[in-house]
Amino acid sequence: MQFFDPTILQSGQYHDWLVQGLILSLQLTGISFALALPFGALVAVMRTSTSAPLRALGATIVEGIRNVPLLAHLLFWYFAFPELLPEAARELLYANNAEAVCAVIALTLYSGVHMAEDIRSGIRAVPATQLEAARSLGLGRAASVRLVLLPQALRAATPPLLSQTVNLWKDSSVATVIGAAEMMYQVARVETDSFRSVEAFTFATLAYLTVSLLIALAAHLYGRRYPVRTA
Amino acid sequence: MLELIDTYWLYFLVGQYPAGPLGGLVLTVLLSGAALVLAMPLGLMLGIARVSPYRLLRWPTGVVVQLVRALPLLLVLFWVYFFLPALTGVKTSQASTMLIVLVLFDSVYLAEIVAAGIRALPKGQFESARSLGLSYPQALRLVVLPQTLRSGLPSIVNQLVSTIKATSLGYIIGLSEVSFIATQINTLVFTHAVEVYLVLALTYFILCFGLSRLAFLLERRLQRRAMAAS
Repeated sequence: MQFFDPTILQSGQYHDWLVQGLILSLQLTGISFALALPFGALVAVMRTSTSAPLRALGATIVEGIRNVPLLAHLLFWYFAFPELLPEAARELLYANNAEAVCAVIALTLYSGVHMAEDIRSGIRAVPATQLEAARSLGLGRAASVRLVLLPQALRAATPPLLSQTVNLWKDSSVATVIGAAEMMYQVARVETDSFRSVEAFTFATLAYLTVSLLIALAAHLYGRRYPVRTA
Repeated sequence: MLELIDTYWLYFLVGQYPAGPLGGLVLTVLLSGAALVLAMPLGLMLGIARVSPYRLLRWPTGVVVQLVRALPLLLVLFWVYFFLPALTGVKTSQASTMLIVLVLFDSVYLAEIVAAGIRALPKGQFESARSLGLSYPQALRLVVLPQTLRSGLPSIVNQLVSTIKATSLGYIIGLSEVSFIATQINTLVFTHAVEVYLVLALTYFILCFGLSRLAFLLERRLQRRAMAAS
């Protein structure tokens, strides 16, 4: 057997498996990102709110989720959570790619609370006078948060949010533990089916590297184009 | 739930030990602690190289740091688990595989903490040490590093939290750490998945939240000391 046979990565069944894995990894990351960002923004606004119960709730959500490893989240959402559902909802879940759905739930929550902390630092970087000025101009509380506070906070928070996205991309690999057929799952499948492990591992390494470095590059370019404004 | 804890608490804590290999929560804590301690020397060297005045040292370290940070730990775990035995001819146990990978990742993350600490130190500290006649290594060892490590202590404790969370990935290669044991228990009792995984989550939470509070308190004490000094 040849030590490294590039042809299996160019076409054939193993190529198809690996590409399917890559696509699912990208989908998991993309969907979780789209859900985690608003969730994170909501939690961040709660944590900076003037109401003490809301602040406490926000802090509980963040500490409760980020102090438990992603793997334990995945195990809980996949093995335990369906038992809490009513019969009909459980059947609906199992009929619709339960592995991917549970992976998205866990990734969204885990990544969302980390994003919430980044957005919160962004909010704290916006001078308090901005919100006061918006309020005195007659904007309502919700409108001044949405139109004045968050746009400035998100700009300051974009570089850390992008590096959080790199983490989300890397963390999507852990979803293999509940059998979501993402890239690591397909790598293990190729390895057991053919012992073509060097090829499969190389494929995954290059794919993870490329996407991570592209996001890191985007963060770098953003930082150069839009440097943090100091008030 | 109480019955569950009553029956399985020892298995959860130490795995099959002493009849079999050590596992469970104790293994998780020991592996994370050992990884962080073993990664310290390597992390220090990489961190110093990262801010070294010599490009020949600075650039390659930068590349290694960027590469390791761009890859998922799980992927590197797979590489080591499948290929290290082929390279050395010796079968590596799950625990030592996990330890190797954790040391690699921790040293890279510690290097970033050390480098950030050195960069944050006022330049005058190093310059005055040099002008007092200390050599470069002496100035690092006697003046720069003690201050860097003190200010980096909260970050190092937070790195321990990350390491504890990363140990859970050993589950995937069959390492009998606490998540793996919890799944074993879940398979044995079968009908109490919610309780089993809530106890698992709560265990991690107490450990990690406690440590991150400690990091927070350390940070606040350092800040107060800095305020008092200035």
